[in-house]
Amino acid sequence: MRFEDEPLVDGENYPVLPGHVSPGRLERVLRAGEFVVTAEIAPPDSADPDAVYERAAMFDGYVDAMNATDGSGAHCHMSSVGMCSLLTRRGYAMVMQVSCRDRNRIAIQGDVLGASAMGVSNILCLTGDGVQAGDHPEAKPVFDLDCMSTLEMLTGMREQSQFLSGRKISSPPRVFLGAAANPFGPPLDYRPLRLMKKIKAGAQFIQTQYCFDLDLFKEYMSVVRDHGGHEKAFILAGVGPLASAKSALWIRNNVAGVHIPDAIIDRLKGAKNQKEEGVKICVEMMQQLQQIEGVAGVHIMAYKQEHRVAEIVKQSGVLGGRELWQPKPLVEQAI
Amino acid sequence: MRTMRRWSVRHARGLKKLYSLLEQIILKLNPVIKRVGYARLDKPILAVEKLAKGVLVDSQSCGQCVVGETGLSCPMNCPKSLRNGPCGGVRANGKCEVDADMDCVWVLAWQGNKNMGVKEYPIQIVQRPVDNRLWNTSAWLRKLRENTGERDVFPKDAA
Repeated sequence: MRFEDEPLVDGENYPVLPGHVSPGRLERVLRAGEFVVTAEIAPPDSADPDAVYERAAMFDGYVDAMNATDGSGAHCHMSSVGMCSLLTRRGYAMVMQVSCRDRNRIAIQGDVLGASAMGVSNILCLTGDGVQAGDHPEAKPVFDLDCMSTLEMLTGMREQSQFLSGRKISSPPRVFLGAAANPFGPPLDYRPLRLMKKIKAGAQFIQTQYCFDLDLFKEYMSVVRDHGGHEKAFILAGVGPLASAKSALWIRNNVAGVHIPDAIIDRLKGAKNQKEEGVKICVEMMQQLQQIEGVAGVHIMAYKQEHRVAEIVKQSGVLGGRELWQPKPLVEQAI
Repeated sequence: MRTMRRWSVRHARGLKKLYSLLEQIILKLNPVIKRVGYARLDKPILAVEKLAKGVLVDSQSCGQCVVGETGLSCPMNCPKSLRNGPCGGVRANGKCEVDADMDCVWVLAWQGNKNMGVKEYPIQIVQRPVDNRLWNTSAWLRKLRENTGERDVFPKDAA
């Protein structure tokens, strides 16, 4: 799908529509009420731009926007600013993840200005995993801000055209702001309120942690709806294919914040082809999440299975025949 | 000390009341304190503060105390220095992602909020980022100056 006011060259921004804050495609599709699909793109351990383009092309036609992770799991990879800069030049809608672990308020504000200038329209504000989780556990954790104060700071940059210090910004970053949510972590009864606090701080869209426990998520969403959270922010539920029962167990025990119920692990264990079963579970989960009131889309985190994302989206049918934006072939653009 | 943290959270309501009482007393003493000089009294009062809050909440002396809003759980004990609630990494048993032996500061803060018995949870107030110039200065005196409309004497260049 291409909009009527589509820029002639991929990579140029759209006009900002009335009531919108960003010139990006993600905000447009969400505000149009479509069921949105986003996916996480894994940054390479490389300085080669082609490695980035190849990874992005795997999602062509099946995702509305891609999240460029920011040192996820406290591991070092290509930066989210670098990833986003490369991909926005090709016209992709990017969600730039900003973690508070590695940068202080001076660096984050500068990066957001730079990213916005490079055509990034969406920023996801995260706390970030602790350094102990990564490949540089001896590093100094920064955590000058937290996700909440980052949201408030970036909202101030956009709405008041000023830095946190109060100094003026001549052209503010026009960014659609997002936050993460983990409905499955303790304290469970506080999690919906925490979401409301993020919305209060400036979050306009939410991407959740992996949903493997549908019952718990339904309960969470019902409290969120009671607070009107689904009307104040677009909530995208996190999903992803599990590779096997063994890997699911490993993730449950070693990756912070991921909750996988026994039923899912047992189902994988009992399957002939565990990998295919993992994909099937993911597809079913997406279909069921689409039925929940207040879920505006899904966010696919297919760690090491990115090549299966297109097929998962196709099988799930969540796009309902909607055609998604794709980059024009480079040859066509040159003419 | 971690046992004390749990105790304080359990008694959040009483401690908050005690603190308000103390605040009233300090407020009454303001003319004297002002006469002696806020800057001169900062060190001795900080020492008392460190002792009291150190025992009760493991205070880290950030100089901009918010434990009244976090259910008497000091957020500066969070390894990620979060001032606005729990991260997504809290373990299923309520322990910290970074330090598996420690109760998550924010799980305690939420309990403390519930124990305070107030309608609006103060944990929902969005806290501003830490002013790193204020570490190891008295938060009590700062609060007093705020309440009485006096100018802050820290950071030094703002005085």
